[in-house]
Amino acid sequence: MKLSLPKRSDWDDQSIELIIGQLLRVGVLLSAAVVVLGGIIYLVRNGHVIADYTAFRGELSTLRSFDGIFHGVSLLSGRAIVQLGLLLLIATPVARVIFCAFAFFLQRDYLYVIFTLVVLAVLTYSIAGPSLH
Amino acid sequence: MSVLLFTTLLALGSFVAGFLGALTGLGGGVVIVPLLALVFHVDMRYAIGASLVSVIATSSGAAAAYVREGYSNMRIGMFLEIATTLGAIAGALIATHVSTATIAVIFGLVLLYSAYLSMRAQPPHPVDVKQDRLSRVLHLDGDYPTSQGQEHYTVHHIPFGFGLMFGAGTLSGLLGIGSGAVKVLAMDQAMRIPFKVSTTTSNFMIGVTAAASAGVYLARGYIDPGIAMPVVLGAGAGSMLGAKVLVNARTKSLRLVFGAVIVVLGIEMIFNGFTGRL
Repeated sequence: MKLSLPKRSDWDDQSIELIIGQLLRVGVLLSAAVVVLGGIIYLVRNGHVIADYTAFRGELSTLRSFDGIFHGVSLLSGRAIVQLGLLLLIATPVARVIFCAFAFFLQRDYLYVIFTLVVLAVLTYSIAGPSLH
Repeated sequence: MSVLLFTTLLALGSFVAGFLGALTGLGGGVVIVPLLALVFHVDMRYAIGASLVSVIATSSGAAAAYVREGYSNMRIGMFLEIATTLGAIAGALIATHVSTATIAVIFGLVLLYSAYLSMRAQPPHPVDVKQDRLSRVLHLDGDYPTSQGQEHYTVHHIPFGFGLMFGAGTLSGLLGIGSGAVKVLAMDQAMRIPFKVSTTTSNFMIGVTAAASAGVYLARGYIDPGIAMPVVLGAGAGSMLGAKVLVNARTKSLRLVFGAVIVVLGIEMIFNGFTGRL
């Protein structure tokens, strides 16, 4: 994949959006690879178990928080690795927003730097906010 | 059903949903939740969680193809994402407090409305070249490529559109869908943004909006790796393939068939919601 960074002078909207497009693609492919890896481990170990999702139990706390997921990954738990892949997927649009903040800053469009930081604050609240603790 | 069979069938179903969703432009999310809830008898909360994560995959995967065409406007997207992300958190919080039967009924109504929108002939909105002051202040004006070269456009009814976007975000967080149809409606019909600019910019916004409610879902235990894994991989692959063959496909009759499927699913969701089976 060719990822050519434009010179500072040509940080125009079109080249920024092209980089964003590639950033999103890389994020999706990377997270898909992790999900596939975790999925294989999960299916090899649990493929024969009877699936039952008719009742909601909520995930175990180990699959709800960052700490729990990372701990599970260190134990090579298939479900935790899938969850890590899903976290990467959720992080992909967040990375796009962070990149936009830099891009607007380089364009000296400070109004949009502020707008972007507001979106980032909302995302941060959702992902790492009080609901996780 | 064994986990292996369950995973395989779910991946296949999601693949078809993602493929048809991309071909018809209606998005795969609208069929994934009914598929999981009605066909696989998965609890609504798990279904919504898996669908929401798959929405991030399909919108981000399609984005790379869209930006090359040069229609999307990242300022409009970022400005309106303030509304959609706030709405998404509100929707996800509402989802954790109302019964799944209520969510099923709302979902059914949204399905019926989406089907109506997709079958209705798009009335072309009048060209409105009058400059909007707020649009200029917020740097929302843009240019987009047409057959006559670059054409300038300006954005109208910004506070109203911003409000609609909050609603679109709420639906997305409540139902685990991208709610692209509502986003396009707000941009194209209310804010008078050219249709191509609306659809491509909406695609960008869907991923960020979904990420905002995904955090809440994850913390509440709605995202189960055993369900989300086949759904994300299937829907993601299906929508990428759908976006590739889109150019050569005759989508009109396909839209009708897919629209009919959505109507049936919508009625089923409402019926099962009222009878308390979901």
